[in-house]
Amino acid sequence: MSIVLKLQDVSKAFGAITVSDELSYELQSGEALGVIGPNGAGKTSMFNLITGALTPDSGSIWFNGTDITGMSAAKRCRSGIARSFQIPQPFGAMTVFENALVAATHGAGLTKSEANEQCLSALEQTGLLPKANILAGNLTLLERKRLELTRALCAKPKLLLLDEIAGGLTEKECHSLVDTIKDIRSTGISIIWIEHIVHALLAVVDRLVVIDFGRKIAEGEPKAIMDSKQVKEIYMGIEVDV
Amino acid sequence: MSAATDHIIVQSSRTSRAASIVALLLLATLLAAPWWAGRADLRLFGEIYLYVALACLWNFLAGYAGLVSVGQQAFVGFGGYCLFALAIFLGVHPMAAVPLIFILGTLISIPVAVLIFRLRGAYFAIGTWVIAEVFRLSAAQISALGGGSGTSLPVDIVRAIASSRSGREHAAYWAALAVAILVIASVYLFLRSRQGLALQAIRDNETAAQAMGIDIWRTKFFVYIVTAGLTSAVGALIFLQKLRISPDAAFSVNDWTAFVIFIVVIGGIGTIEGPIIGTIVFFLLRETLADLGSVYLLILGFVAIVVMLRAPSGLWGFVKSRTGIELFPTTRRVEPRRN
Repeated sequence: MSIVLKLQDVSKAFGAITVSDELSYELQSGEALGVIGPNGAGKTSMFNLITGALTPDSGSIWFNGTDITGMSAAKRCRSGIARSFQIPQPFGAMTVFENALVAATHGAGLTKSEANEQCLSALEQTGLLPKANILAGNLTLLERKRLELTRALCAKPKLLLLDEIAGGLTEKECHSLVDTIKDIRSTGISIIWIEHIVHALLAVVDRLVVIDFGRKIAEGEPKAIMDSKQVKEIYMGIEVDV
Repeated sequence: MSAATDHIIVQSSRTSRAASIVALLLLATLLAAPWWAGRADLRLFGEIYLYVALACLWNFLAGYAGLVSVGQQAFVGFGGYCLFALAIFLGVHPMAAVPLIFILGTLISIPVAVLIFRLRGAYFAIGTWVIAEVFRLSAAQISALGGGSGTSLPVDIVRAIASSRSGREHAAYWAALAVAILVIASVYLFLRSRQGLALQAIRDNETAAQAMGIDIWRTKFFVYIVTAGLTSAVGALIFLQKLRISPDAAFSVNDWTAFVIFIVVIGGIGTIEGPIIGTIVFFLLRETLADLGSVYLLILGFVAIVVMLRAPSGLWGFVKSRTGIELFPTTRRVEPRRN
């Protein structure tokens, strides 16, 4: 397996607040990595650094062997990195189909007919096809989250970044989402998934990274990580008697 | 069977097809106006067409690309002065000068864009106004074109357009109609294209647009320079109608930007139909109330406030949100395939 993504000592601070503190890890091709940590730990900032919405103060980010640290966000998307947003960011005055089409034509660079086909199939996969002609601004929160996933898929990513996509879902919807993400993963797409719904995360990922105050505090096999005293104390906010 | 084989993507509707037939009939009627309308009416129609063009262009810039410029008079004046300069100094036929002025306007806007694209929001708006003032002061320094008091187009150049007065008026009328159609068609076709999709995404959410692979700077830059070129061409036709130019008239923020913003805001910003509806409302108000002097301006302000409060997306936005009608359809809809 080859390395798809590599973060090397990536640091970023806003004044006294450090959102990424010499963060380093690697992601293998086809791997699914889960990221957990308390609120404000710097998880979404890490996605912003990977996608180019933020520029690191120091360190470097490599994608498929290329240093992308100085690359624009748009170019990173076109090279194969797509994301969903924790707080959905739809193109509100465009239809659901057109939202997907933006990603397919500009993110994936598909031709008109290829893009139409890709969008229809992604909408079907995420269950949004019946809502295709509705303005994205009129969708419910859960539908907006599905649209985030649809758009990311339409960009035909090699690396998919999912930011708390299961938040607010019912148990049944959560199972359905896990199945969808497993399907996506089976196509060979590498995934990094930030999630607080741990059981959903553990059903998909091979490895967990725990972040607190922008620092990586643990990394490894999911069960071992979730059982570790350090993670329980820092992530769960409880003291553990051993 | 899959979703892709079961569905088709359409961009037109029954309403838009009916509207296009009505539009063609209206266009034929307007093309024939020199044979059925009086001299004053032709002049008024010509002015309306040029305002429609200016409003569509400002809407394209502000309503779609989010570039709220209050300095578009820079390019109106630039176009007007280029027309006089090309005709007087280089002997270019005034009608042939118009496409050249489109190119010159596009070229001059490149360094302007590079400079003001460093500014954001209100600073960008003020920056465009400053640039327009620089253009006005520069034009006032050209003594060969009358300096601060301006100049008139020489008689021999005016006669080169057409030998008779009515011939010249007809030519100016058709040129104004042609440029309005060109601008509306260009905006419409652009918005239906792949780049138009990007522009609408930028309008709705820049953060997401960037994350979806859209180069925001390049898209906005393209819109800015093309708008500047077309605004310059419209400026040339405005002063071809007037036959006289001066820095204050050519670079008037009131005439070429404030009224245009009023038109777009009341008509419906971010829609193709809005600027057209807004221009009709503006001219109806002007033709019926202009004799009231400053009261007329107060009424314009009152209308703008009422529309902004009661229909923040403008008159057309109000209609569209309730009916879903698009006369110029850009929305792509998914429909079941019928065998």
